Amino acid sequence: MYPKDFRYTKDHEWIKVEGNTGIVGITDYAQKQLGDIVYVELPEIDDEFSKGDEVATVESVKAASPIFIPVSGKIVEINEELEDSPELVNQDPHGKGWIFKVELSDESELEELLTAEAYEELIKAEGE
Amino acid sequence: MKKTPLYDEHIKLGAKMVEFAGFNMPVQYKGVIEEHMTVRTKVGMFDVSHMGEFRVKGNQAFDFVQYLTTNDVAKLSIKQVQYSAFPTEKGTVVDDLLVYKVNDNEYLLVVNAANIEKDFAHLSKFVDKFDVSLTNESDDTAQMAIQGPKAEDTMFKIFGDVVREMKYYWFDYVEFEGETCLLSRTGYTGEDGFEIYCKPELASKIWNKILDAGEEFGIEPCGLGARDTLRLEARMNLYGNDMDETTTVLEAGLGWICKLDKGDFLGRDVLLKQKEEGLKRKLYGFEMIDKGIPRHGYPVFHNGEEVGVVTSGSYAPYLKKNIGLAYLPIELAKAGNEIEIGIRKKRAKAITVKTPFYKRPKK
Repeated sequence: MYPKDFRYTKDHEWIKVEGNTGIVGITDYAQKQLGDIVYVELPEIDDEFSKGDEVATVESVKAASPIFIPVSGKIVEINEELEDSPELVNQDPHGKGWIFKVELSDESELEELLTAEAYEELIKAEGE
Repeated sequence: MKKTPLYDEHIKLGAKMVEFAGFNMPVQYKGVIEEHMTVRTKVGMFDVSHMGEFRVKGNQAFDFVQYLTTNDVAKLSIKQVQYSAFPTEKGTVVDDLLVYKVNDNEYLLVVNAANIEKDFAHLSKFVDKFDVSLTNESDDTAQMAIQGPKAEDTMFKIFGDVVREMKYYWFDYVEFEGETCLLSRTGYTGEDGFEIYCKPELASKIWNKILDAGEEFGIEPCGLGARDTLRLEARMNLYGNDMDETTTVLEAGLGWICKLDKGDFLGRDVLLKQKEEGLKRKLYGFEMIDKGIPRHGYPVFHNGEEVGVVTSGSYAPYLKKNIGLAYLPIELAKAGNEIEIGIRKKRAKAITVKTPFYKRPKK
Protein backbone atom coordinates (compact mmCIF):
# COMPACT_ATOMS: atom_id res chain seq x y z
CA MET A 1 0.00 0.00 0.00
CA TYR A 2 2.67 2.53 1.02
CA PRO A 3 5.55 2.39 -1.48
CA LYS A 4 8.87 1.49 0.12
CA ASP A 5 10.82 3.95 -2.02
CA PHE A 6 8.76 6.93 -0.79
CA ARG A 7 9.42 8.91 2.37
CA TYR A 8 6.57 10.24 4.51
CA THR A 9 5.78 13.07 6.92
CA LYS A 10 3.75 13.00 10.11
CA ASP A 11 1.37 15.39 8.32
CA HIS A 12 0.62 12.68 5.73
CA GLU A 13 2.57 13.95 2.73
CA TRP A 14 4.79 11.61 0.70
CA ILE A 15 7.89 12.38 -1.35
CA LYS A 16 9.55 10.28 -4.02
CA VAL A 17 13.01 11.44 -4.97
CA GLU A 18 14.55 11.05 -8.46
CA GLY A 19 17.98 12.66 -8.78
CA ASN A 20 17.68 15.92 -6.86
CA THR A 21 13.98 16.37 -7.57
CA GLY A 22 11.21 15.19 -5.25
CA ILE A 23 7.63 14.47 -6.31
CA VAL A 24 5.17 15.29 -3.51
CA GLY A 25 1.60 14.27 -2.81
CA ILE A 26 -0.67 13.29 0.07
CA THR A 27 -0.99 9.73 1.29
CA ASP A 28 -3.82 7.31 0.73
CA TYR A 29 -4.64 7.60 4.43
CA ALA A 30 -4.87 11.40 4.10
CA GLN A 31 -7.19 11.33 1.09
CA LYS A 32 -9.48 8.85 2.86
CA GLN A 33 -9.63 11.07 5.92
CA LEU A 34 -10.44 14.13 3.81
CA GLY A 35 -13.13 12.55 1.65
CA ASP A 36 -14.14 13.97 -1.76
CA ILE A 37 -11.49 16.43 -2.88
CA VAL A 38 -12.94 19.26 -4.94
CA TYR A 39 -10.09 21.74 -5.29
CA VAL A 40 -6.32 21.86 -5.00
CA GLU A 41 -4.63 25.24 -4.64
CA LEU A 42 -1.21 24.69 -6.21
CA PRO A 43 2.01 26.59 -5.46
CA GLU A 44 3.71 28.78 -8.08
CA ILE A 45 6.65 27.48 -10.08
CA ASP A 46 10.00 28.93 -8.93
CA ASP A 47 8.72 29.75 -5.44
CA GLU A 48 11.19 28.67 -2.77
CA PHE A 49 10.21 27.14 0.54
CA SER A 50 11.80 25.82 3.68
CA LYS A 51 10.95 22.38 4.99
CA GLY A 52 7.59 22.43 6.78
CA ASP A 53 6.27 25.58 5.05
CA GLU A 54 2.67 25.61 3.96
CA VAL A 55 2.89 25.30 0.20
CA ALA A 56 -0.49 24.18 -1.14
CA THR A 57 -4.06 23.56 0.02
CA VAL A 58 -6.23 20.54 -0.61
CA GLU A 59 -9.94 21.23 -0.23
CA SER A 60 -12.49 18.53 0.44
CA VAL A 61 -16.21 19.27 0.41
CA LYS A 62 -16.03 19.92 4.14
CA ALA A 63 -12.75 21.71 4.75
CA ALA A 64 -9.49 23.20 3.52
CA SER A 65 -6.33 21.35 4.56
CA PRO A 66 -2.82 22.79 4.28
CA ILE A 67 -0.04 20.81 2.59
CA PHE A 68 3.40 21.26 4.13
CA ILE A 69 6.53 20.81 2.04
CA PRO A 70 8.51 17.78 3.29
CA VAL A 71 11.92 19.23 2.27
CA SER A 72 13.38 22.67 1.50
CA GLY A 73 13.68 23.69 -2.12
CA LYS A 74 12.27 25.33 -5.23
CA ILE A 75 9.03 24.34 -6.94
CA VAL A 76 9.89 23.15 -10.46
CA GLU A 77 6.62 21.65 -11.64
CA ILE A 78 2.99 21.51 -10.55
CA ASN A 79 0.34 18.97 -11.47
CA GLU A 80 -1.89 21.12 -13.66
CA GLU A 81 -4.25 18.21 -14.26
CA LEU A 82 -5.53 18.74 -10.73
CA GLU A 83 -7.03 22.09 -11.76
CA ASP A 84 -9.70 20.28 -13.75
CA SER A 85 -9.61 16.91 -11.99
CA PRO A 86 -8.90 17.34 -8.27
CA GLU A 87 -10.52 13.93 -7.71
CA LEU A 88 -7.27 12.35 -8.98
CA VAL A 89 -5.98 12.87 -5.44
CA ASN A 90 -8.73 10.52 -4.22
CA GLN A 91 -8.41 8.06 -7.07
CA ASP A 92 -4.63 7.72 -7.27
CA PRO A 93 -3.00 9.57 -4.36
CA HIS A 94 0.44 8.00 -4.83
CA GLY A 95 0.42 8.32 -8.62
CA LYS A 96 -1.62 10.62 -10.87
CA GLY A 97 -2.70 12.61 -7.85
CA TRP A 98 0.81 14.00 -7.18
CA ILE A 99 0.75 17.71 -6.37
CA PHE A 100 4.12 19.33 -7.15
CA LYS A 101 7.80 18.66 -7.80
CA VAL A 102 10.52 20.29 -5.74
CA GLU A 103 14.22 20.71 -6.45
CA LEU A 104 15.88 19.75 -3.18
CA SER A 105 18.23 22.28 -1.62
CA ASP A 106 19.38 19.94 1.16
CA GLU A 107 19.22 16.21 0.51
CA SER A 108 20.16 15.40 4.09
CA GLU A 109 16.65 16.49 5.14
CA LEU A 110 15.32 13.27 3.63
CA GLU A 111 16.88 11.32 6.49
CA GLU A 112 14.49 13.03 8.93
CA LEU A 113 11.42 11.72 7.11
CA LEU A 114 9.55 8.52 7.92
CA THR A 115 10.09 5.25 6.10
CA ALA A 116 7.05 3.34 4.82
CA GLU A 117 7.19 1.05 7.89
CA ALA A 118 7.35 3.95 10.31
CA TYR A 119 4.50 5.71 8.51
CA GLU A 120 2.30 2.63 8.59
CA GLU A 121 2.88 2.40 12.33
CA LEU A 122 1.95 6.05 12.72
CA ILE A 123 -1.40 5.69 10.96
CA LYS A 124 -2.12 2.48 12.83
CA ALA A 125 -1.71 4.51 16.01
CA GLU A 126 -4.05 7.16 14.56
CA GLY A 127 -6.69 4.51 14.30
CA GLU A 128 -6.90 3.04 10.83
CA MET B 1 -20.59 12.05 23.83
CA LYS B 2 -24.23 11.10 23.18
CA LYS B 3 -25.23 8.39 20.73
CA THR B 4 -28.48 8.29 18.80
CA PRO B 5 -30.58 5.08 18.80
CA LEU B 6 -29.22 4.45 15.30
CA TYR B 7 -25.54 4.47 16.30
CA ASP B 8 -25.08 0.73 15.73
CA GLU B 9 -26.65 0.96 12.27
CA HIS B 10 -24.17 3.67 11.27
CA ILE B 11 -21.23 1.58 12.43
CA LYS B 12 -22.57 -1.46 10.53
CA LEU B 13 -22.85 0.67 7.39
CA GLY B 14 -19.26 1.84 7.75
CA ALA B 15 -20.07 5.49 8.39
CA LYS B 16 -17.34 7.94 9.27
CA MET B 17 -18.43 9.32 12.64
CA VAL B 18 -17.78 12.80 14.02
CA GLU B 19 -18.75 14.81 17.07
CA PHE B 20 -21.60 17.18 16.30
CA ALA B 21 -23.53 19.17 18.91
CA GLY B 22 -22.48 16.67 21.58
CA PHE B 23 -23.60 13.66 19.54
CA ASN B 24 -21.54 11.02 17.77
CA MET B 25 -23.00 11.39 14.27
CA PRO B 26 -22.30 10.02 10.77
CA VAL B 27 -20.68 12.68 8.58
CA GLN B 28 -20.61 10.41 5.53
CA TYR B 29 -20.96 6.79 4.44
CA LYS B 30 -19.69 6.43 0.86
CA GLY B 31 -18.89 10.09 0.24
CA VAL B 32 -20.48 13.52 0.46
CA ILE B 33 -20.82 14.11 -3.29
CA GLU B 34 -22.39 10.72 -3.98
CA GLU B 35 -24.83 11.14 -1.08
CA HIS B 36 -25.71 14.66 -2.18
CA MET B 37 -26.47 13.49 -5.73
CA THR B 38 -28.50 10.54 -4.41
CA VAL B 39 -30.82 12.95 -2.60
CA ARG B 40 -31.16 15.22 -5.64
CA THR B 41 -31.86 12.39 -8.08
CA LYS B 42 -33.17 9.41 -6.07
CA VAL B 43 -33.73 9.18 -2.34
CA GLY B 44 -31.50 9.44 0.71
CA MET B 45 -32.09 8.90 4.42
CA PHE B 46 -30.59 10.83 7.32
CA ASP B 47 -30.49 10.07 11.03
CA VAL B 48 -31.61 13.33 12.62
CA SER B 49 -32.37 11.92 16.06
CA HIS B 50 -30.07 14.54 17.56
CA MET B 51 -32.68 17.24 16.87
CA GLY B 52 -34.66 18.44 19.88
CA GLU B 53 -38.38 18.10 20.48
CA PHE B 54 -40.38 20.15 22.98
CA ARG B 55 -44.09 19.76 23.66
CA VAL B 56 -46.19 22.73 24.71
CA LYS B 57 -49.61 21.91 26.17
CA GLY B 58 -52.31 23.87 27.90
CA ASN B 59 -55.06 26.45 27.51
CA GLN B 60 -52.58 29.10 26.44
CA ALA B 61 -50.37 26.92 24.27
CA PHE B 62 -51.27 29.04 21.25
CA ASP B 63 -50.51 32.33 23.04
CA PHE B 64 -47.21 30.97 24.32
CA VAL B 65 -45.98 29.83 20.91
CA GLN B 66 -47.36 32.94 19.23
CA TYR B 67 -45.43 35.18 21.67
CA LEU B 68 -42.16 33.25 21.45
CA THR B 69 -41.92 32.65 17.69
CA THR B 70 -41.85 35.09 14.78
CA ASN B 71 -44.19 33.36 12.32
CA ASP B 72 -47.98 33.56 12.67
CA VAL B 73 -49.20 30.47 14.49
CA ALA B 74 -52.82 31.54 13.83
CA LYS B 75 -52.28 30.52 10.21
CA LEU B 76 -51.72 26.90 11.21
CA SER B 77 -54.39 24.23 10.89
CA ILE B 78 -54.32 21.08 12.98
CA LYS B 79 -51.65 18.74 11.49
CA GLN B 80 -49.90 21.57 9.74
CA VAL B 81 -46.23 22.50 10.14
CA GLN B 82 -44.56 25.90 10.03
CA TYR B 83 -40.96 27.07 9.76
CA SER B 84 -40.28 29.74 12.36
CA ALA B 85 -37.72 31.30 14.68
CA PHE B 86 -37.41 32.06 18.37
CA PRO B 87 -36.46 35.74 18.61
CA THR B 88 -34.63 37.38 21.51
CA GLU B 89 -36.05 40.59 22.93
CA LYS B 90 -33.52 42.33 20.66
CA GLY B 91 -34.97 40.68 17.56
CA THR B 92 -31.95 38.43 17.10
CA VAL B 93 -32.20 34.67 16.67
CA VAL B 94 -32.24 32.23 19.60
CA ASP B 95 -32.86 29.39 17.16
CA ASP B 96 -34.88 28.42 14.12
CA LEU B 97 -37.45 25.67 14.45
CA LEU B 98 -40.47 23.82 13.11
CA VAL B 99 -43.83 24.30 14.80
CA TYR B 100 -46.24 21.34 14.55
CA LYS B 101 -49.85 22.11 15.49
CA VAL B 102 -51.17 18.97 17.22
CA ASN B 103 -54.42 20.62 18.30
CA ASP B 104 -55.62 23.98 19.62
CA ASN B 105 -53.95 23.36 22.98
CA GLU B 106 -50.86 21.43 21.94
CA TYR B 107 -47.82 22.17 19.80
CA LEU B 108 -44.65 20.22 19.06
CA LEU B 109 -41.53 22.36 18.57
CA VAL B 110 -38.54 20.84 16.77
CA VAL B 111 -35.27 22.65 17.47
CA ASN B 112 -31.58 22.34 16.60
CA ALA B 113 -29.51 19.76 18.49
CA ALA B 114 -26.86 22.28 19.51
CA ASN B 115 -29.50 24.55 21.05
CA ILE B 116 -31.69 22.11 22.99
CA GLU B 117 -30.60 23.25 26.45
CA LYS B 118 -30.41 26.92 25.54
CA ASP B 119 -33.84 26.91 23.89
CA PHE B 120 -35.44 25.04 26.76
CA ALA B 121 -33.99 27.51 29.27
CA HIS B 122 -35.17 30.41 27.13
CA LEU B 123 -38.74 29.10 26.82
CA SER B 124 -38.82 28.13 30.49
CA LYS B 125 -38.42 31.79 31.46
CA PHE B 126 -41.88 32.44 30.01
CA VAL B 127 -43.73 29.32 31.17
CA ASP B 128 -45.03 30.98 34.36
CA LYS B 129 -46.58 33.82 32.40
CA PHE B 130 -48.86 31.45 30.47
CA ASP B 131 -51.14 28.57 31.38
CA VAL B 132 -48.95 25.95 29.71
CA SER B 133 -46.68 23.02 30.43
CA LEU B 134 -43.42 22.61 28.56
CA THR B 135 -41.66 19.24 28.28
CA ASN B 136 -38.40 18.27 26.64
CA GLU B 137 -38.96 14.99 24.77
CA SER B 138 -35.64 15.06 22.91
CA ASP B 139 -34.16 11.98 24.58
CA ASP B 140 -37.34 9.98 23.99
CA THR B 141 -37.62 10.78 20.31
CA ALA B 142 -35.77 9.35 17.34
CA GLN B 143 -36.04 11.09 13.99
CA MET B 144 -35.18 10.20 10.42
CA ALA B 145 -35.40 12.30 7.26
CA ILE B 146 -36.17 10.63 3.93
CA GLN B 147 -35.45 13.08 1.12
CA GLY B 148 -35.47 13.10 -2.66
CA PRO B 149 -37.72 12.65 -5.71
CA LYS B 150 -38.25 8.98 -4.79
CA ALA B 151 -39.03 9.65 -1.12
CA GLU B 152 -42.79 9.46 -1.71
CA ASP B 153 -42.56 6.12 -3.56
CA THR B 154 -40.34 4.72 -0.83
CA MET B 155 -42.56 5.76 2.06
CA PHE B 156 -45.75 4.74 0.21
CA LYS B 157 -44.52 1.15 0.22
CA ILE B 158 -44.49 1.17 4.02
CA PHE B 159 -47.28 3.51 5.05
CA GLY B 160 -49.66 3.50 2.07
CA ASP B 161 -52.04 6.21 0.87
CA VAL B 162 -51.46 8.65 3.74
CA VAL B 163 -48.06 9.34 2.18
CA ARG B 164 -49.41 10.27 -1.26
CA GLU B 165 -52.16 12.41 0.25
CA MET B 166 -49.91 14.37 2.58
CA LYS B 167 -49.20 17.92 1.41
CA TYR B 168 -45.92 19.78 1.82
CA TYR B 169 -45.51 21.01 5.40
CA TRP B 170 -48.34 18.88 6.81
CA PHE B 171 -48.14 15.83 9.05
CA ASP B 172 -50.15 12.82 10.14
CA TYR B 173 -49.86 9.80 12.36
CA VAL B 174 -48.83 6.39 11.04
CA GLU B 175 -48.72 2.98 12.70
CA PHE B 176 -45.55 0.92 12.83
CA GLU B 177 -45.69 -2.43 14.64
CA GLY B 178 -48.63 -1.23 16.72
CA GLU B 179 -46.90 2.01 17.77
CA THR B 180 -47.88 5.47 16.61
CA CYS B 181 -45.28 7.56 14.80
CA LEU B 182 -45.49 11.11 13.50
CA LEU B 183 -44.81 11.53 9.79
CA SER B 184 -44.42 14.97 8.21
CA ARG B 185 -43.72 16.14 4.69
CA THR B 186 -40.78 18.32 5.66
CA GLY B 187 -37.02 18.41 5.29
CA TYR B 188 -33.84 20.41 5.05
CA THR B 189 -32.51 19.51 1.61
CA GLY B 190 -34.60 21.42 -0.93
CA GLU B 191 -36.18 18.17 -2.10
CA ASP B 192 -39.57 16.67 -1.52
CA GLY B 193 -39.36 14.40 1.47
CA PHE B 194 -40.54 13.22 4.85
CA GLU B 195 -39.44 13.25 8.44
CA ILE B 196 -40.55 10.51 10.78
CA TYR B 197 -40.53 10.77 14.58
CA CYS B 198 -40.70 7.61 16.67
CA LYS B 199 -39.76 6.00 19.96
CA PRO B 200 -36.02 5.23 20.21
CA GLU B 201 -36.75 1.48 20.48
CA LEU B 202 -38.37 1.51 17.03
CA ALA B 203 -35.68 3.51 15.27
CA SER B 204 -33.49 0.66 13.99
CA LYS B 205 -36.48 -1.31 12.67
CA ILE B 206 -37.89 1.67 10.82
CA TRP B 207 -34.47 2.66 9.50
CA ASN B 208 -33.91 -0.81 8.02
CA LYS B 209 -37.47 -1.10 6.74
CA ILE B 210 -37.04 2.17 4.84
CA LEU B 211 -33.66 1.09 3.45
CA ASP B 212 -35.29 -2.12 2.20
CA ALA B 213 -38.29 -0.31 0.73
CA GLY B 214 -36.08 2.24 -1.01
CA GLU B 215 -33.65 -0.27 -2.44
CA GLU B 216 -35.41 -0.42 -5.81
CA PHE B 217 -35.18 3.38 -6.04
CA GLY B 218 -31.48 3.49 -5.15
CA ILE B 219 -31.79 4.71 -1.56
CA GLU B 220 -28.58 5.43 0.35
CA PRO B 221 -27.95 6.48 3.94
CA CYS B 222 -26.57 10.02 3.99
CA GLY B 223 -24.53 11.90 6.57
CA LEU B 224 -24.25 15.39 7.95
CA GLY B 225 -21.78 16.33 5.21
CA ALA B 226 -24.38 15.96 2.46
CA ARG B 227 -27.04 17.49 4.70
CA ASP B 228 -24.94 20.65 4.86
CA THR B 229 -24.21 20.93 1.12
CA LEU B 230 -27.85 20.16 0.26
CA ARG B 231 -29.25 22.79 2.60
CA LEU B 232 -26.79 25.39 1.35
CA GLU B 233 -27.70 24.79 -2.33
CA ALA B 234 -31.35 25.21 -1.30
CA ARG B 235 -30.35 28.33 0.68
CA MET B 236 -31.58 27.21 4.03
CA ASN B 237 -29.87 29.00 6.89
CA LEU B 238 -27.77 27.03 9.36
CA TYR B 239 -28.06 28.21 12.93
CA GLY B 240 -24.66 29.12 14.38
CA ASN B 241 -23.22 29.81 10.92
CA ASP B 242 -25.71 31.99 9.09
CA MET B 243 -27.53 33.45 12.07
CA ASP B 244 -27.25 33.64 15.83
CA GLU B 245 -27.93 36.01 18.69
CA THR B 246 -25.93 38.78 16.98
CA THR B 247 -28.01 38.85 13.80
CA THR B 248 -31.65 39.85 13.64
CA VAL B 249 -34.32 37.72 12.06
CA LEU B 250 -34.67 40.29 9.25
CA GLU B 251 -30.93 40.54 8.59
CA ALA B 252 -30.80 36.75 8.29
CA GLY B 253 -33.20 36.96 5.36
CA LEU B 254 -36.06 35.49 7.35
CA GLY B 255 -38.48 38.37 6.85
CA TRP B 256 -40.86 35.87 5.29
CA ILE B 257 -41.31 34.13 8.65
CA CYS B 258 -41.42 37.38 10.61
CA LYS B 259 -45.08 38.37 10.77
CA LEU B 260 -44.91 41.82 12.30
CA ASP B 261 -48.67 42.35 11.92
CA LYS B 262 -49.70 39.27 13.93
CA GLY B 263 -49.80 41.04 17.27
CA ASP B 264 -47.26 41.32 20.04
CA PHE B 265 -44.31 38.94 20.24
CA LEU B 266 -40.88 38.98 21.81
CA GLY B 267 -38.58 41.40 20.00
CA ARG B 268 -41.34 42.73 17.75
CA ASP B 269 -40.70 46.42 18.61
CA VAL B 270 -37.05 46.16 17.63
CA LEU B 271 -37.83 44.28 14.43
CA LEU B 272 -40.57 46.72 13.48
CA LYS B 273 -38.21 49.65 14.01
CA GLN B 274 -35.51 47.92 12.01
CA LYS B 275 -37.92 47.32 9.16
CA GLU B 276 -39.10 50.94 9.17
CA GLU B 277 -35.60 52.36 9.29
CA GLY B 278 -34.30 49.90 6.73
CA LEU B 279 -31.69 47.18 7.16
CA LYS B 280 -28.02 48.10 7.12
CA ARG B 281 -26.83 44.60 6.20
CA LYS B 282 -28.34 41.38 5.00
CA LEU B 283 -27.42 37.76 4.44
CA TYR B 284 -27.07 37.29 0.69
CA GLY B 285 -25.89 34.61 -1.73
CA PHE B 286 -22.87 34.70 -4.01
CA GLU B 287 -21.16 32.49 -6.53
CA MET B 288 -17.40 32.33 -7.10
CA ILE B 289 -16.06 33.62 -10.42
CA ASP B 290 -12.40 32.87 -9.64
CA LYS B 291 -11.26 29.50 -8.39
CA GLY B 292 -11.38 28.74 -4.70
CA ILE B 293 -13.90 27.63 -2.15
CA PRO B 294 -15.41 30.15 0.25
CA ARG B 295 -15.68 29.02 3.87
CA HIS B 296 -17.31 30.19 7.09
CA GLY B 297 -15.43 33.20 8.48
CA TYR B 298 -13.66 34.35 5.31
CA PRO B 299 -13.70 38.14 4.81
CA VAL B 300 -15.61 39.80 1.95
CA PHE B 301 -14.19 42.81 0.11
CA HIS B 302 -15.69 45.42 -2.20
CA ASN B 303 -13.58 48.09 -3.92
CA GLY B 304 -10.66 47.02 -1.75
CA GLU B 305 -12.47 47.45 1.55
CA GLU B 306 -13.56 44.73 3.91
CA VAL B 307 -17.34 44.86 3.94
CA GLY B 308 -18.58 41.57 5.33
CA VAL B 309 -18.00 37.95 6.22
CA VAL B 310 -18.85 34.57 4.70
CA THR B 311 -21.19 32.58 6.95
CA SER B 312 -21.52 29.41 4.85
CA GLY B 313 -19.64 28.33 1.76
CA SER B 314 -18.94 25.15 -0.11
CA TYR B 315 -18.51 23.39 -3.36
CA ALA B 316 -22.10 22.72 -4.49
CA PRO B 317 -22.10 19.16 -5.85
CA TYR B 318 -25.30 19.38 -7.92
CA LEU B 319 -24.60 22.82 -9.41
CA LYS B 320 -20.86 22.10 -9.71
CA LYS B 321 -20.09 25.63 -8.56
CA ASN B 322 -18.56 27.21 -5.49
CA ILE B 323 -21.24 29.10 -3.60
CA GLY B 324 -21.75 30.86 -0.31
CA LEU B 325 -23.76 33.17 1.91
CA ALA B 326 -22.37 36.35 3.41
CA TYR B 327 -23.52 39.32 5.45
CA LEU B 328 -23.21 42.27 3.08
CA PRO B 329 -23.98 45.99 3.34
CA ILE B 330 -27.55 46.44 2.14
CA GLU B 331 -26.50 48.29 -1.03
CA LEU B 332 -24.55 45.20 -2.13
CA ALA B 333 -27.20 42.67 -1.08
CA LYS B 334 -28.79 42.32 -4.50
CA ALA B 335 -27.93 40.27 -7.53
CA GLY B 336 -25.10 41.22 -9.88
CA ASN B 337 -22.59 42.93 -7.60
CA GLU B 338 -18.96 41.93 -7.90
CA ILE B 339 -17.29 41.20 -4.57
CA GLU B 340 -14.06 39.54 -3.51
CA ILE B 341 -13.61 36.75 -1.01
CA GLY B 342 -10.40 36.61 0.99
CA ILE B 343 -9.28 33.00 0.54
CA ARG B 344 -6.05 32.58 2.49
CA LYS B 345 -3.57 35.08 0.96
CA LYS B 346 -5.58 35.77 -2.18
CA ARG B 347 -8.69 37.71 -3.04
CA ALA B 348 -10.94 35.77 -5.35
CA LYS B 349 -13.71 37.35 -7.42
CA ALA B 350 -17.33 36.42 -6.79
CA ILE B 351 -20.72 37.75 -7.84
CA THR B 352 -23.83 38.18 -5.75
CA VAL B 353 -26.71 36.02 -6.94
CA LYS B 354 -30.36 35.43 -6.13
CA THR B 355 -31.10 32.45 -3.94
CA PRO B 356 -32.01 29.63 -3.70
CA PHE B 357 -28.99 28.54 -5.70
CA TYR B 358 -30.93 25.35 -6.48
CA LYS B 359 -34.67 24.94 -6.77
CA ARG B 360 -36.20 21.54 -7.35
CA PRO B 361 -38.08 21.12 -10.62
CA LYS B 362 -41.86 21.25 -10.27
CA LYS B 363 -43.62 17.93 -10.75
